[in-house]
Amino acid sequence: MLNKQLLIVGAGPAGLAAAIEAKKNGVKDVLLVDLNMKAGGQLMKQIHKFFGSKEHRAGVRGIDTGAAMLKEAEELGVEVWLKSTCVGFFDDKVACIEKGMEDGSKKIIYLKAETIIIATGGQENVVRFKGWTTPGVMGAGAAQTMINVNKVQPGQNIVMLGTGNVGLIVSYQLMQAGCNVVCLVEAAPGIGGYGVHASKISRAGVPIYTKHTIKEVKGNGPNGRVSEVTIVEIDPKFNPIEGTEKTFAADTVTLAAGLKPVSELVKLQDIELVFNGPFGGWVPTHNEKMETTCPGIYVAGDTTGVEEANTALEEGKVAGVSAAEALGAISAAEADKQRAEIWARLDGLRMGPFGEKRAIAKKEVMAKFPGVRA
Amino acid sequence: MSIKEVGYISMQELIDAKQNISDARYAKGPVAVVECVQEIPCNPCEAACKFGAIKIGEPITNLPKIQEDNCTGCGVCVAQCPGLAIVIVNKAYSDTEATIAFPYEYIPTPKEGEEWEAVNRQGVVQCKGKIVKVMNPKAFDRTPVVTVAVPKEFADEVRSIKRK
Repeated sequence: MLNKQLLIVGAGPAGLAAAIEAKKNGVKDVLLVDLNMKAGGQLMKQIHKFFGSKEHRAGVRGIDTGAAMLKEAEELGVEVWLKSTCVGFFDDKVACIEKGMEDGSKKIIYLKAETIIIATGGQENVVRFKGWTTPGVMGAGAAQTMINVNKVQPGQNIVMLGTGNVGLIVSYQLMQAGCNVVCLVEAAPGIGGYGVHASKISRAGVPIYTKHTIKEVKGNGPNGRVSEVTIVEIDPKFNPIEGTEKTFAADTVTLAAGLKPVSELVKLQDIELVFNGPFGGWVPTHNEKMETTCPGIYVAGDTTGVEEANTALEEGKVAGVSAAEALGAISAAEADKQRAEIWARLDGLRMGPFGEKRAIAKKEVMAKFPGVRA
Repeated sequence: MSIKEVGYISMQELIDAKQNISDARYAKGPVAVVECVQEIPCNPCEAACKFGAIKIGEPITNLPKIQEDNCTGCGVCVAQCPGLAIVIVNKAYSDTEATIAFPYEYIPTPKEGEEWEAVNRQGVVQCKGKIVKVMNPKAFDRTPVVTVAVPKEFADEVRSIKRK
């Protein structure tokens, strides 16, 4: 059986940052496994300039940050298996990986890792309404992949459901890709994402309907595709208010109703989970090393609660440093010093009206770690 | 109505955030107007300005403040702001016209000399505008900064052009 010092599942911002940090701190063999054709995760379709500080490469487009991190990982000698899926774990940190081979075939490989970092990211939520399975209804993430990775327009006239940062940013990028965004629809009384992102949508003359939801999507277009979308105002209890319907011609509906953590692999281990609403569902509890209740198994990024790329990146760094410490590559004192710096930056990212809830959620999740006093 | 409810900023919100520019400063020529009234963790604008004219400090969620007297209106911050929330307003452009330099990431990129419809923060057409400058150097990293000249009375309203 293959032996690895560190296995990282998921090559998004968290996994990549973890791999780089572990390597920099002297871990010899680091294996990064990802089921996609390219590494970088969501970074590879974020064509907008990122927020944050200089340490977070703020002002740099996500796609360029992803490329720079990939290059760094490559130069540091991180081994990357793409089109490869970690399908399960056995006791004693034995992983079962369906490895994508060069000839396109798959091969089952068992490997024993001394330490594991699970950074499997998040998954989009679905919203159900009459006609939700009509062709042309898709996740905002799917639409974003189509325009920014595959350079294909998902449709011409698009209704976006959801005004979190994903809904706002993808709406903007759909317009950049030459699509027409008909309107944005938001069930809450206020816009969820940053005002500066909403301002871009407003300047483009696109209406944002808060306190509204989609009532029905009709599929009378070619091959049963979306042809019109009816939205309706809702009361404070989210019940539709009759007579407030508005109908728009549209061929596409994109859903940006939040994400949930992808925690299947975490659940395969004997790891304690906590339910946390603001973080999107069940997440593994962990300590300040990002270590789970299974010693030697770490988590980072959206798997630990849905946030954003910068927090994922920083958490990945913490996990990478901690794995290096566990493997004896650096001293506990050195690891503590590095972690303190990263946690200070994480605290900064979880401040302000948009960060507070996540700061509280993170505290709650970590307070459940055995031995931690609430 | 706040930006959170309607999706665009009001003049009152700018004043409350102390991001409005004095008439005396406007009289002197081009100046950066930062329209960023929510406390988000972001500070590239501060680092972008070599004149120290944008202050955020610690914590990173502080609202950016323009130091009017330090700002030269050079426009380097405009393309650096990930939120596309900075414009350069020149109310002293001519006796009758003002210019607004704004980030514009749509295709086609306007060309100098063209006439476009100028829009306000809600995307409502205010007047015709003449494109007087288009900057897109490598340092702007694919965020062109377009300068449009409009009648002076629209200087506080016009923030972009209508997408073609």
